Amino acid sequence: MKIIICISNVPDTTTKVKFVDNNSAFDTTGVQWIINPWDELALTRALELKEDANNPVSSVTVVTVGLKTSEPTLRKALAIGADDAIRVDFQPGDAYSVATQLAEVLKNNPYDIILNGIESSDYNGSSVGGMLAELLDMSSISAVSGIKLQGEEIKVTRDIDGGKEEISITAPFVGIVQKGIAKEPRIAAMRGIMMAKKKPITVVEPVAVDSLTEIAGFELPQSKAACKIIDADNVKELVELLRDEAKAI
Amino acid sequence: MSVLVYTENWDGRFKKLSNELVSYGSKLAEMLNTSTTVLSIGKVDEAELKSLGKYGADKIITVTDEKLATLDNRAYTAVIAQVVEKEKSGIVLLSNNNTGKAIAPRLSVKLKAGIASGITAVPEKTSPFTAAKKVFSGKAFAKFVIKTDIKILTLAQNSYEIVEKTGQAAIESFSPSVSNDLIRTKVINVEKQTGKVLLTDAEIVVSGGRGMKSPDNWGKIEELADLLGGATACSRPVSDEGWRPHEEHTGQTGKIIAPNLYIAFGISGAIQHLAGVSSSKFIVAVNTDKDAPIFEAADYGIVGDALQVLPKFVDAVKELKSL
Repeated sequence: MKIIICISNVPDTTTKVKFVDNNSAFDTTGVQWIINPWDELALTRALELKEDANNPVSSVTVVTVGLKTSEPTLRKALAIGADDAIRVDFQPGDAYSVATQLAEVLKNNPYDIILNGIESSDYNGSSVGGMLAELLDMSSISAVSGIKLQGEEIKVTRDIDGGKEEISITAPFVGIVQKGIAKEPRIAAMRGIMMAKKKPITVVEPVAVDSLTEIAGFELPQSKAACKIIDADNVKELVELLRDEAKAI
Repeated sequence: MSVLVYTENWDGRFKKLSNELVSYGSKLAEMLNTSTTVLSIGKVDEAELKSLGKYGADKIITVTDEKLATLDNRAYTAVIAQVVEKEKSGIVLLSNNNTGKAIAPRLSVKLKAGIASGITAVPEKTSPFTAAKKVFSGKAFAKFVIKTDIKILTLAQNSYEIVEKTGQAAIESFSPSVSNDLIRTKVINVEKQTGKVLLTDAEIVVSGGRGMKSPDNWGKIEELADLLGGATACSRPVSDEGWRPHEEHTGQTGKIIAPNLYIAFGISGAIQHLAGVSSSKFIVAVNTDKDAPIFEAADYGIVGDALQVLPKFVDAVKELKSL
């Protein structure tokens, strides 16, 4: 069984977001790039599945769509433990253009379990995983917070409003994962970092694709009015303000 | 060129988010001078279906195929696409909840329709179709232009005011073609908590962070949430430590919420946490550090120990509610 994780290269979650060129483009100056947090959790779970000798997992691959500048993020995934990596040499446009590039790779290279994070922390579209599944005409399960293998059967936990469902499926399928899939992302050890340097990154030429959407510009949210501070000995006053001024309780 | 709204049901009932969707869809239809059709999949009785007319649905299409009893994303996508074709819909609107996130992108490919997800307001322009949505986890807005004929939108929960109207909705049933080999998922077990207010639905959310010191101190958080008819939440370190379940984690990588009132006890307000709660109408912060970033996002604050303030807060609410 082969697992592949689609990885997005995103600004570190602590980045102070700024724009340039009259608010038409994200300012990448000084930005640290990381593996999208949900993708990192998916990778962690995939490695756990592979390490359990009861599971028939033969390899864990990562793939990203991006220019050469995204390779450090792939190296990080290799250092964490992925066996190999694929990069489609394409400047990401909208979600559809990214999903189309991924679909091309996966049509030529079948995998059994295809994992995506439920969203990326830059454009928050929650789109690529579902689009990829439809492009491949494959089943997908979204909001996945658990995956277990039992021989050929895959048991997937999906979060629903106020609960969870357990779903049975067989390969191939697309899993779109959220928090809970793994406890914490794995951190690369020195040995992993050294080994990652020798692991292969296959670079794939992109296909031609038109975006379905574009971004006409960005805006920063308006800053908020100052916080009204109430004395710690006068909690009742706060509760009264919430009732009478905010009318919120 | 109608507007098609898809809403799921919860054990045969709609909820506030359904009414928000229909209100928003009806507003779009008004802007585009067309009608609003709602699609419901699953067993919902007639009175409940008709209730959506109050929010501006002109027509309700109901699909009750047994094969669709559980959510299979591939099958649901095929069914919605059939309805879009039949109704010649120009816009398809879904919620940006888990179900909408599961279906909308598939539908986007199936219909070759561009998607703007998690929008919070009506489009700025309908030609070219331009809708603002939050990006960088709420740190900025982007104006998304959809270039295709059919457009897909997903609406963020608790972001659009419900508007009541006087209209009546006509109900029509539809039998889609659903081939058996489309459905490869099988739900084998369901676990549901009943009687609890859901975090994503809640008008009031009471949340705790590391300043709560120990999971043993959560009783008062729960008591306050119960008193206010709200839900409980927590910061990331708290869920990472296993003090609270991951479903309660609110923030950039957890749940993004937009309640009317968010009360944070012992949360310093890391940028990732604020990304998940900044859409709340009112934020109250209780923290020992007066320079904590949470106070920049908050409307009301107390500089003090959460463990000292929380019991007083509970007592004051009881007193005001004369309990």
